[in-house]
Amino acid sequence: MALTGIEIYKYLPKTNCKKCGFPTCLAFAMKVAQKTVNITICTDLSAESRAALEAAGRPPIQLVTIGGDSKKIEVGNETVMFRHEKTFFHPTGFVYRLKDTTPVDSILQEVQAIAEYKVERVGRFLAMDGFAIENASNDAATFAKTVEAVKSKTDLPLILISKDPAAMEAALAKATPGKPLIYAANKDNWEKMADLAVKNKCPIAVTSSDGLSELATLAEQINKKGIEEIVLDPGARDFGTSLTTLTQIRRLALKKNFRPLGYPIITFPGEGAASVDLEAMLAGQQVAKYAGIVVLDHFSPAMVYPLLTMRLNIYTDPQKPIQVTPGIIQIGTPKPTSPVCVTTNFSLTYFAIAGELEAAGWASWLVVCDTEGLSVLTSWAAGKFDAEKIAKTIKNFKVADNVNHRNVVIPGHVAVLRGELEEELPDWKIMVGPREAVDVGGFLKQNWKN
Amino acid sequence: MPVVEIPVEKWNGQVHQVKLGGVGGRKELIVGGDNTLPFLKFEGTVPHRPAIAIEVLDYTPPNWAEPLVKAWGDVLKSPVAWAKKAAEYGANAIALRLRSAHPEEGNTGAEHAKRVVTDILGAVDLPVIVLGPEVAEKDNEVLVAASEAGRGQRLALGDCFDKNYRTIGATCLADGHVAIAKTPIDMNLAKQLNILLSDLGLTMDSILMDPTTGALGYGLEYTYSVMERLRITALMGDKMTAMPMICTVGEESWRQKESKASAGVPATWGDQEKRAIIWEKLTAMGLLNAGANIIVLRHPKTVEDVKVAINKLFA
Ligand code: B12
Ligand code: SF4
Repeated sequence: MALTGIEIYKYLPKTNCKKCGFPTCLAFAMKVAQKTVNITICTDLSAESRAALEAAGRPPIQLVTIGGDSKKIEVGNETVMFRHEKTFFHPTGFVYRLKDTTPVDSILQEVQAIAEYKVERVGRFLAMDGFAIENASNDAATFAKTVEAVKSKTDLPLILISKDPAAMEAALAKATPGKPLIYAANKDNWEKMADLAVKNKCPIAVTSSDGLSELATLAEQINKKGIEEIVLDPGARDFGTSLTTLTQIRRLALKKNFRPLGYPIITFPGEGAASVDLEAMLAGQQVAKYAGIVVLDHFSPAMVYPLLTMRLNIYTDPQKPIQVTPGIIQIGTPKPTSPVCVTTNFSLTYFAIAGELEAAGWASWLVVCDTEGLSVLTSWAAGKFDAEKIAKTIKNFKVADNVNHRNVVIPGHVAVLRGELEEELPDWKIMVGPREAVDVGGFLKQNWKN
Repeated sequence: MPVVEIPVEKWNGQVHQVKLGGVGGRKELIVGGDNTLPFLKFEGTVPHRPAIAIEVLDYTPPNWAEPLVKAWGDVLKSPVAWAKKAAEYGANAIALRLRSAHPEEGNTGAEHAKRVVTDILGAVDLPVIVLGPEVAEKDNEVLVAASEAGRGQRLALGDCFDKNYRTIGATCLADGHVAIAKTPIDMNLAKQLNILLSDLGLTMDSILMDPTTGALGYGLEYTYSVMERLRITALMGDKMTAMPMICTVGEESWRQKESKASAGVPATWGDQEKRAIIWEKLTAMGLLNAGANIIVLRHPKTVEDVKVAINKLFA
């Protein structure tokens, strides 16, 4: 968490020696808080004070990075309990679990399918974030071989799952560099696992099902070994315990600044659910309620597409809806005879209609009005998508220069605008399109005469 | 060893309790009463689990998605058979949508509404929620008829908008029903409509609010956040935002392309039926965690799994 000037001042020597170039320690502290000067300029600051300052300035939930430079999962560093208070920053990482008891061939097929999977939504590509490999065989060599095989196939981040430090060591030899997450240190193996994390410079998960005190103890012990990047598994598996426990951990970190549990959380919804759909539902809950990494035991497009959409929704900044730039957009290669359609600049709205025009094979001119990122009905109700606005947009972007006709299609939801629009645009014929974008192809086929 | 003290919020407020049914042999459904955030029993009491209502239409839906038509089959032709089936599937209430009253969907009137409501009330012993076509004058017409047909049965009637709340509120008051106040994802508008309804004379235990549902991928995040804000404000002591919330999850979710399209969509969307059902389930999960007290659903499989999830959250 960013410290205030006053908080920083507490750690300074308070001698006002001016060597930093500022008249007082307080003035210096204020500048440090604004991030215009660096704390290291004060040469009189003791090593302890500096360490204490850094600790105090650490975010209440540590940022943890898993994976290499090209593809990585960054989780943690959240600052609020509720997204409306600010926003959630680091989207939940979705990871698929493989087991080293599965034949390598089929593992590699799965890896390829999942690593290649991407689905487009509002102009973005949504995808899975990585793989967890579990040492289900309990054999170190098999584990290492599987990890090596997976690693050869994908550069997505990895989570290595084993209780056995020897197996972990063997797997790490194949998985590093690349910063895999070590899963997991428990009360029996934590020292050895922590040593591996230090040696390989990897983040490490700690797990305990014996309550939060036990978990905090473990995390603290590991942190004392000099490891900052820790992930928590409180062992909460079903809907109720997950919600309760993850809420408690988030509150402890944010409201009590309780360091030993100030880390992102990993969950395994497949272990708390009796079917694929329940796994998806629990994973969906965990996106909203405080999981940093969700390890899935099933993968199918029908399950993952909704989940990735859920994540996109929950992690959208509530202050700024996803928007596109207003203007005249060419769908395909439109000709002077091609249709002119009007829409708003809310991404969801824009991509819905643009996608349907494209899918139906209608090269066209799509006029995107600036509605401050609001949908058709919302912006109409808010007075930001009226006849005047549409007319102005059509004039400003010189739509008429591109076409040899004067027909414009408006969304069916704002059919009421027709009359006024006819007044605002006397040269144009206003056509009321269908309500839903899916029907636009059929509509044009029937009604577009050019 | 670090001592973990679980932080507990001290809330002053409480969600009002609202009862549906419970008269003349009809089953009783009570929602609300929570004095903490959804399902957080470690810091407060959650006396009633969220309820599931299954949506029944007063006519055969002309354009429902294939998986829904398949799941319900022939009962879609008869609201009574449909309601009975919904009861078998474990609904806690029937949400009867008088959609055929919509001017573009048949424009049926008071007589038809009265008959369907009477038939449904006769056929099932579950509490009944009656929803209009969401066109103010038609809402007034059919909801008043429904209200009279169900006099004394403690139905929930909706939706009251800023335009028609007087008529519907008054009929609820006269016939002993609960009014559903619907506002477009806005905390102040929600509060204002609740105040207007209570000024009419409706007591705190006679109002539900519908914050307007955005489906997954279609505004879910807005609904989610306004519900969290409404709930938190209620817990901080504001009685006029403390009405239990009802969400029309099925209706919104099954309207979307992801649920309806059987062909011509990317392969990365996966199997339509599976995807559509998970779409409805995730919309439900999101809103349950944001504070929904009644979830109105469409697909029987969604009902089954949402029930499992609620029971586990409530355990
Ligand atoms: C999410 C939402 C919001 C969000 C904003 C989301 C956004 N960025 O736009 C928030 C919470 C901010 C909001 C606020 C308001 N909202 Co609002 N909101 C919704 C909600 C739930 C979903 C809207 C949405 O995103 N739809 C999805 C998009 C993709 O739909 P779309 O833009 O219409 O596009 C579709 C079609 O129109 C078509 N299409 C698009 N372009 C084109 C072009 C052509 C040529 C064709 C043929 C088709 C076509 O394709 C798309 C897919 O089919 C709806 C209710 C609902 N469940 O639908 C209410 C709703 C739109 N809101 C409404 C209202 C009244 C408001 C407010 C004015 C309330 C208030 N007084 O404060 C405010 C205004 C905001 C402001 N003052 O700045 C009302 C509008 C009522 C009406 N019929 O006039 C609605 C319908 C709710 C209701 N039933 O009362 N809202
Ligand atoms: S150098 Fe350090 S001690 Fe000296 S005035 Fe600046 S902040 Fe204070």
